[in-house]
Amino acid sequence: MNFLLPAWALTRREFQRFWGERSRVAGFVISPLLFWIVVGSGFGNLDYFFAGALTMTVMFSAMFSMMSLIEDRREGFLLSVLVSPAPRASIVVGKVAGAAILAWLQGLFVLSGVFFTTLRQDALTLAGVAGALLLTALLLTTVSYVIAWKLSSTQAFHAVINLLLVPAWMLSGAIFDPLFSFLWVRLLVQFNPLYYAHSLVRQFLAPGPGLPEISNCCWALATSIGIGAVLAVRSTK
Amino acid sequence: MVSADSIRVDYGARRALDDVSLVVGAGEWHGILGPNGSGKSTLFRVLATLLKPASGRFVVAGETDPARIRRRIGVVFQSQSLDQKLTLAQNMTAQGNLYGLSGARFRERIGKLLWQFHLNGRENEPVNQLSGGLARRVEIAKALLHEPSVLLLDEPTTGLDPTARREWLELLTDLRHERELTVLVTTHILDEAERCDRLTLLHEGRVVTGGTPAELKGQVGGDVVEFGTADPARVAAQYPMFEARVGDGWVRFETPNGARFAAQAADALPGVIQTIAIQKPTLEDVFLRTTGARL
Repeated sequence: MNFLLPAWALTRREFQRFWGERSRVAGFVISPLLFWIVVGSGFGNLDYFFAGALTMTVMFSAMFSMMSLIEDRREGFLLSVLVSPAPRASIVVGKVAGAAILAWLQGLFVLSGVFFTTLRQDALTLAGVAGALLLTALLLTTVSYVIAWKLSSTQAFHAVINLLLVPAWMLSGAIFDPLFSFLWVRLLVQFNPLYYAHSLVRQFLAPGPGLPEISNCCWALATSIGIGAVLAVRSTK
Repeated sequence: MVSADSIRVDYGARRALDDVSLVVGAGEWHGILGPNGSGKSTLFRVLATLLKPASGRFVVAGETDPARIRRRIGVVFQSQSLDQKLTLAQNMTAQGNLYGLSGARFRERIGKLLWQFHLNGRENEPVNQLSGGLARRVEIAKALLHEPSVLLLDEPTTGLDPTARREWLELLTDLRHERELTVLVTTHILDEAERCDRLTLLHEGRVVTGGTPAELKGQVGGDVVEFGTADPARVAAQYPMFEARVGDGWVRFETPNGARFAAQAADALPGVIQTIAIQKPTLEDVFLRTTGARL
């Protein structure tokens, strides 16, 4: 059975649905920028919160895109996918790729705000950040897929996300530097994949002491995405 | 073409299917008839490879592996399975791609199916703007896109108004004349069941009887007389020589000559019998006779 064509059908569908929903398109453009400007201004430093705003933008976009999995089940579309001969892995790849690319594009849009900061802006930096955001998007969509598959309502999805992903983002270094935190926080962040996602973005934009190496971040993210992907394929039945 | 052998499905402590077996021949239109909760949708989910039975085996189009079965079946669900936010053409394309179909021949096939189901010219309409009847037509066109040899339909006319239901049944009749297709349809609607070659009657997760509609109705025989009465037990006791089925406000008899029996009963029980209905046996009578329950 063809692997790529079913995956592409599901990825393309994510884009078609996205462009069909005007409010999502507006949210795509306006809300992340507003968030960065308001919170950054609150800190009195647009540079400081920029990396956090990038990972947060990708996180929320990935989560809300993947919430459509619950709608797909409720509206019946998922049933017609599951009775098709499409390999289960291609279903995961298609769905995750569509949501991840949308989240990534949203992150790239916010990245254009870097020109209003004093952070590094050379081509290599921007390419590195783009790569980091892509890994972050893949991580968050894969994790969201596994969570969404287990749940039957969007309310339950919100509850689980608020319990897991939002705290994980808070402990990623986006708001405070874990280096100067209590010991339990310093230990906990070592097991937080979002810490490595945020650190990778920081390594390119504003490298500083105490951040994990780029290679360590990439390994941690790749491993987390791999584990998420295996869980996602196993749950798709 | 489809066979199920001793299928058992449990939902927790509740047994949804108990030792269910059936055989559907190639080209046959087979109905699974039963009331809500009889297990027919569970059986549909098993055959559509969405639910693994606790025990038993099933073969669809010569295949036992779910991944292979999926290539050979077209499925129409009770609820809509279209993406409401996409257009008709986008839905059809996505469906074909899931089956590995693409290219000029695939596009040509979409065009043919839309024409066959009177949907041409509406390709670019969002599905959520189509009426219930039209959306059902899209569902069946979608299910036939990959040219399956077995079509599974789960209560396909649920939620349709009478006109749309009639159109749907005509569509199925046309389809039947046009192509060799094995169809398995679950239903609790009698005129849908009457159109099937053979039926399996399901009640509380078990097969109670099966056969052609004529054979099944032949099990009842004669006429069915139903009296509407406030005292059904008294009416039933009046005629112990006939088999009576008693319900809330009604009593039903199977008799060789319904008209004569009804006239005698009306004379014998003045004021007790309020309404009289005489009819040839229907599949509902068969169901009532074999299970004691109504459809």
